[in-house]
Amino acid sequence: MAETLFFNALRAAIDEEMARDATVFVLGEDVGHYGGSYKVTKDLYKKYGELRLLDTPIAENSFTGMAVGAAMTGLRPIVEGMNMGFLLLAFNQIANNAGMLRYTSGGNFKIPMVIRGPGGVGRQLGAEHSQRLEAYFQAVPGLKIVACSTPYNAKGLLKSAIRDENPVLFFEHVLLYNLKEDLPETEYLLPLDKAEVVRPGKDVTILTYSRMRHHVLQAVKTLEKNGFDPEVIDLISLKPLDFDTIGDSIRKTHRVIIVEECMRTGGIGAELVASINDRLFDELDAPVLRLSSQDIPTPYNGALERLTIVQPEQIIEAVEKMVALRI
Amino acid sequence: MVQERTLPTFSAASTQLSKEEGLRLYEDMILGRYFEDKCAEMYYRGKMFGFVHLYNGQEAVSTGVIQAMRPGEDYVCSTYRDHVHALSAGVPAKQVMAELFGKATGCSKGRGGSMHMFSQEHRLLGGYAFVAEGIPVATGAAFQSKYRREMMGDESADQVTACFFGDGACNNGQFFECLNMAALWKLPILYVVENNKWAIGMAHERATSQPEIYKKASVFGMAGVEVDGMDVLAVRQVAQEAVARARAGEGPTLIEALTYRFRGHSLADPDELRSKDEKEFWFARDPIKKLAAHLTEQDLASQEELKQIEQKIQQEIDEAVKFAESSPEPDPNELYRYIFAED
Ligand SMILES: Cc1ncc(C[n+]2csc(CCOP(=O)(O)OP(=O)(O)O)c2C)c(N)n1
Ligand SMILES: [Mg+2]
Repeated sequence: MAETLFFNALRAAIDEEMARDATVFVLGEDVGHYGGSYKVTKDLYKKYGELRLLDTPIAENSFTGMAVGAAMTGLRPIVEGMNMGFLLLAFNQIANNAGMLRYTSGGNFKIPMVIRGPGGVGRQLGAEHSQRLEAYFQAVPGLKIVACSTPYNAKGLLKSAIRDENPVLFFEHVLLYNLKEDLPETEYLLPLDKAEVVRPGKDVTILTYSRMRHHVLQAVKTLEKNGFDPEVIDLISLKPLDFDTIGDSIRKTHRVIIVEECMRTGGIGAELVASINDRLFDELDAPVLRLSSQDIPTPYNGALERLTIVQPEQIIEAVEKMVALRI
Repeated sequence: MVQERTLPTFSAASTQLSKEEGLRLYEDMILGRYFEDKCAEMYYRGKMFGFVHLYNGQEAVSTGVIQAMRPGEDYVCSTYRDHVHALSAGVPAKQVMAELFGKATGCSKGRGGSMHMFSQEHRLLGGYAFVAEGIPVATGAAFQSKYRREMMGDESADQVTACFFGDGACNNGQFFECLNMAALWKLPILYVVENNKWAIGMAHERATSQPEIYKKASVFGMAGVEVDGMDVLAVRQVAQEAVARARAGEGPTLIEALTYRFRGHSLADPDELRSKDEKEFWFARDPIKKLAAHLTEQDLASQEELKQIEQKIQQEIDEAVKFAESSPEPDPNELYRYIFAED
């Protein structure tokens, strides 16, 4: 495939998996005729029919619960959250049913389903459409949580998520759908539980995910010019966290900065700090630093919104400060 | 005197019943009743814990509906009041009892308990502890049957799903959302409301603007029927019709079975709100006595034959208790097992 837009990479993943396996189907609001609110399923209903691209009424808890029932009985549903925030209405089905039912049933049923859609803070969409839900869901046992960040990893990860035998919460990001990248012509899959070392370095480990990966890489350009050499890790898997990759990096750099769009309180970063303390405390030369979104509902006003989420300047400053301390 | 809703009339003469079928219905209801009585005993003796919701009084609904299906092939979905649905679906009494005892041999391996009976083998989609959450799951199973048939060309995929829930669940959004979708897509499903007049301490009329639940089907263009839930033959007949409709691709049915629970909401409930008059009205309609009378009056069975069934079931229940008591506890080393499909 030549240069591919992010949403088309996701579309290709779904298309390939639907062609490969007749039990795979998509359900959600406007996934059929309309093609998905971000065009991820555009025209697929023409190829696979209306039952496999099932336009549902606006009833999140019920269609998510239906997907659980379909998965328990042998199908592989992909639920599209028109905006992942709407799935707050399906919290019970995601937590009690998708996440916990296999355990509660003593292994009677497995639930191979993907719940995917646009998450994150968009551009002046207001609080309800600018959520950081991954933190709410990370405590649910039995769920895998994945955040994609590039067209390449979006495609490979989504294909793996569809083939996984477990429920996978798959976060895309509203502001990344138009990224472009050259994708391989041949089929590829990416592991759901592996973090990606985006840029090897030795000064400090920057742990990030989703759109913040791009803010970090922007900061890195300046940092490189200023003579710094940070290691950038895209977590990819928010649950379980890939402590092999994270550990290798921290044993090398001994310093950690977390950059996330998540809220500070009870966020992914909070869990990371706790786990790093548990496992790697002796490796640390400095306290782990967290750059998170402010603990407020995302404001509408553009300037306020900018202040709410982490900006590249803050990342530059944090790295310079932390690395300078090494002296 | 309490004003009771008029129970729909049903003439047993209008239904075909062989001796064999009659005895099977009787046995299934006796199994449900004796099992629950034993649970109460075991609960008070400290053998089982948590919230335990018994089904006494409602047996005609589970038996009438599930015996009209193909147990083990068709799907059954229940609530927290799930022991008897599990038994009717074919889950052996010893597995259900062992689950209540929290043992490794329980149908949910001791991980579920009273409110979470599951059996993949018997197509029991589960006991769901949150009110109404089973309705979407069952609807998904019904969607799956349609999908296999229409998208995967599987002609044998004519399975029907029966989804049981209470009157209280009918005021929840999932009920309305799923009725809408099931009617829209003509899904092969029976929504079976066991209207026992109470949702814990909330009287049905105090919770809903239209107490006749079956009428709610009409706004979705769905078949809705009310039935005397204390008459297993009546329930079986409406279920047979609904199953036939579902298998023929004609869509879902909402069945409102008027019934009553003979015990408190759960074994922890002091049951102080329901009046003596009301209880007497319903106790006089014991579904097991009703079927017994019909079978003997119609010369389909003798008292002796019914006795034999009762003795056989009593023995089965006693064996279930022995099995549960002597079964091993779950292995502590398997605390983390069953979280993911690979475990
Ligand atoms: C979502 C949710 N809310 C509240 C409860 C507590 N609760 C358990 S059973 C019940 C009443 C349900 O009544 P009904 O649906 O009529 O079923 P019944 O118990 O009569 O069989 C309530 C409120 C619950 N289990 N789940
Ligand atoms: Mg009730």
